[in-house]
Amino acid sequence: MAERQIPSARRFKLDPIWLAGPGILYLILLLIVPAAGLMFLSFRDASGNLSFETYRQMFGAGIYVQVLVNTFSIAIQTTIACLLVGYPLAYWLARMPETRRRVVMWLVLLPFWMSALLKNFAWMVLLSRRGVLSQILTGLGMGGPVDLLYGRGVVVFAMAHTMLPLAALTMLPTLLSLDFGLARAAKTLGASGGQAFWRVVFPLSMPGVAAAGLLVFISSLGFFITPALLGSPRETVIGQLLITQVQQLLNWQLAGAIAVMLLVVTLAVCLVYDRAFGISAVSGERGDRNSNGVFARLGRLVIAGLAWATDLLAAVFDKVPGFKRRDWLLTAFCVAVMMMLLVPVLIFVPMAFGSSSFLEFPPRGYSLRWFETYWSSPNWTGATMRSFAIAIVSALLASAISSIAAFGVARSTSRAGNLAFLMFMLPMIIPNIVIAVALFYLFAQIGLVATDAGIALGHTLTALPVVFVIILTTFKSYDWRLDQAAATLGATKTDTIRKVTWPIIKGSVVAAFLFGFLHSFEELTIALFVGGGVRQTLPKQMWDDVLLQVSPTLAAASVIILAVVTIVFVAAERARPR
Amino acid sequence: MSQIPTQSQFSPQAANTVKLSVKGIKKNYGQTTVLQAIDLDVRAGELLTLLGPSGSGKTTLLQIICGLVDPTAGSLFIDGRDETNLPVNQRDIGVVFQNYALFPHLTVKENIAFPLRMRKIAGAEVDKRVAEVLDMVNLGHAADRLPKALSGGQQQRVALARCLVYRPGVILMDEPLGALDRKLRETMQMEIRRIHRETGATIIFVTHDQEEALALSDRICLMNDGFIAQIGTPHEVYEAPANRFSAEFIGLSNIFDGTIADGMLRTNEGTIPAPGLQSGESLLIRPEHVTLTGAAEGFLSGTVSETVYAGAESRLIVTLKSGKTVIVRQPAGADIAPIGTEVGLAWAPSAVRAVR
Ligand SMILES: Nc1ncnc2c1ncn2[C@@H]1O[C@H](COP(=O)(O)OP(=O)(O)O)[C@@H](O)[C@H]1O
Ligand SMILES: [Mg+2]
Repeated sequence: MAERQIPSARRFKLDPIWLAGPGILYLILLLIVPAAGLMFLSFRDASGNLSFETYRQMFGAGIYVQVLVNTFSIAIQTTIACLLVGYPLAYWLARMPETRRRVVMWLVLLPFWMSALLKNFAWMVLLSRRGVLSQILTGLGMGGPVDLLYGRGVVVFAMAHTMLPLAALTMLPTLLSLDFGLARAAKTLGASGGQAFWRVVFPLSMPGVAAAGLLVFISSLGFFITPALLGSPRETVIGQLLITQVQQLLNWQLAGAIAVMLLVVTLAVCLVYDRAFGISAVSGERGDRNSNGVFARLGRLVIAGLAWATDLLAAVFDKVPGFKRRDWLLTAFCVAVMMMLLVPVLIFVPMAFGSSSFLEFPPRGYSLRWFETYWSSPNWTGATMRSFAIAIVSALLASAISSIAAFGVARSTSRAGNLAFLMFMLPMIIPNIVIAVALFYLFAQIGLVATDAGIALGHTLTALPVVFVIILTTFKSYDWRLDQAAATLGATKTDTIRKVTWPIIKGSVVAAFLFGFLHSFEELTIALFVGGGVRQTLPKQMWDDVLLQVSPTLAAASVIILAVVTIVFVAAERARPR
Repeated sequence: MSQIPTQSQFSPQAANTVKLSVKGIKKNYGQTTVLQAIDLDVRAGELLTLLGPSGSGKTTLLQIICGLVDPTAGSLFIDGRDETNLPVNQRDIGVVFQNYALFPHLTVKENIAFPLRMRKIAGAEVDKRVAEVLDMVNLGHAADRLPKALSGGQQQRVALARCLVYRPGVILMDEPLGALDRKLRETMQMEIRRIHRETGATIIFVTHDQEEALALSDRICLMNDGFIAQIGTPHEVYEAPANRFSAEFIGLSNIFDGTIADGMLRTNEGTIPAPGLQSGESLLIRPEHVTLTGAAEGFLSGTVSETVYAGAESRLIVTLKSGKTVIVRQPAGADIAPIGTEVGLAWAPSAVRAVR
């Protein structure tokens, strides 16, 4: 029989991965090119010749070295603290019945979306000489006013407090996908409770723990809010150094060198992580693992030790009367942790309605004077309006770019899909401060510094990872056979999108938009650099005021931010399909 | 129902006009060929099953027929028109997907009305026709529920109703009963037969379950590795398998290989009468045709090595001296020879089939 070839136009189909093109182009133009350019600068001297002068200066000056040491040690301490507290929290959430977990999750997600500035400002107020804790101690007659601020301890504490929800939420998917039946199986095989946990549950949850450690560590490297607000000059970190060196002195060479160093460290950490778990574990997927490497052997040794210690402890506790059942210990611990996450921020609400001329708790009297001050100040209202506008624009842009790209990645059979995914995760993996400086460097050349557009473009960039992941998850779980079914039932492509695809994915696109909005609304770092002190966003206005003087107007602003964040967060969570 | 569904050669709709015709359809994915130049005519009003092991290309052929996959070569005719390049949504075809593909955000009624709305049919007519098919699948009470509130069997009926409501010329079903448990599957088989009779639709039904194919079909198209192994009525395919694959895939079979001489087949197990076998052919005897005799009396002899009691019948496995096993099926009531008994095997010459 004569074989009739089908016309090639109908057979030739472009792989949908190309739809990720606009997003990848955006990332290249606004992130990779300027960051590379900046790093390039660090290897040049004033006349443009190859030179390592910048690095010699950086590692030669004691002050810079001290800042580097501070940054890394604070980041490591914060990471350890987050893992130690976050793991029990995530474990507790994972073991909860589904319905109860949905409710309790709100109490972890809300602090996750609350701005870091607010959380740290809260500690600043609570722990100062005139703060609540000091007042209570004085009241109890335990010595005069005490100052709990300005030390390494409080910096690590507040930073861990800021990052804790991130740590717990990153670990949670791994723990949720873990089959706890395995622990029961281990017990039928003769393992004690402690043995079953350390030898079965814990090793299986390691990818999540490592992913959490990775994200917290990277976020901590560029974080400057806590050390600036709660630390002494001895806790100065890279972020603060960059603010003075770049914003005020335009020392691009040094900025480039610091960017190089932060990226090298980040890359090294990612590589170690990838060797151990496969980078895709960040998104909760489990890769194959080498079980004979040095890590694995060391890990088994540590686990054996921990299991033995737990058994010993359990044996001791069993002897204590009334301590036979210890489940409540975990619950008590986690409830306390969640209170710590929420209460410091909620405390602003009564304070903002107070009538005295400084922040105190409990507030004396009730008044709206601080809200009136807020509303009558063109600085504050201007910043608020600007923040709203920028957040809407960047959330729209980020959701549009992400929707198209996520569709492409989800439908693609090409291996380039993984690469596109990694590209979209870049703004999360590269420390925020590096992104901000790189954008500042780029925008300085094209006249976008101190413009609203510049800030919005920057916020779009950093909102991409979270917006993209939310939409991609939906597209990945979307059953494309529904589209096929619609076509066989007579629907055209447009009909299918309007009547089938869009109604089903609508919720999560709206949620992604709202989370993008939240991201921008609370973002400080980019606003700080790109805004150039002229275009004040609400967080930037707060930041300047906090550094200047702590006034009750700040509490009023905090309450307004808190209200906006809570409302948007609740709306987003409700829009998101379960 | 007074009439018991019978072999469908008697089905009144099975007229001889060709509804759908596949001519030389081929499909390659890269280097691998999934379908090799398939030719197939489907008659108007018949229920044809595509039967074959998993990976034999059934789904691919079905998707080419409905237009979701483009063939590498070949053409497709529906009612004599070449529709190879017609877009999916313009073909007069209905598809019932394996996972049902019900729209999760629409109620049962809205799901069923969907194809009518796509065809711009007016409101009153939509309601009437939706009510009609809901009745036909016995789901009138569930019209306003969302799909996730339905059981698997009910979802299956909605998918069927959504397809019946716009009266497509051809209905394709890809393992529609695969996700249901055995009891429900048998009920649904009866339903599909009834609906087929009542509507006179042309149905192409994909399954990998040979019992289902035997029970349902007017004709079976048996596929293997992208080829059509045999097309015929269930009776033909079972009684006269065209080849070894057919014989082994449909029903249980005992096949003996050897050399033919003087009307006898010389095998490792012994020499057995082989009426009508050509050289190069093997001998097929179905288990229900094998009778047990005294150890010395049959064509072959061996030891009973396993017995399986299955209510309406029982199965014996007889191991021959060469180690080859022969399956014997005995109707209920027959004495079951205990394991270890030496038996002989015999059969009527008319029950022997030749296969290649
Ligand atoms: N999109 C595809 N790309 C590559 N190979 C495919 C694709 N779809 C199906 N195949 C291959 O084609 C063969 C037949 O598949 P299919 O038609 O689904 O078989 P069946 O439905 O009979 O189980 C299988 O080997 C399968 O792996
Ligand atoms: Mg199939």
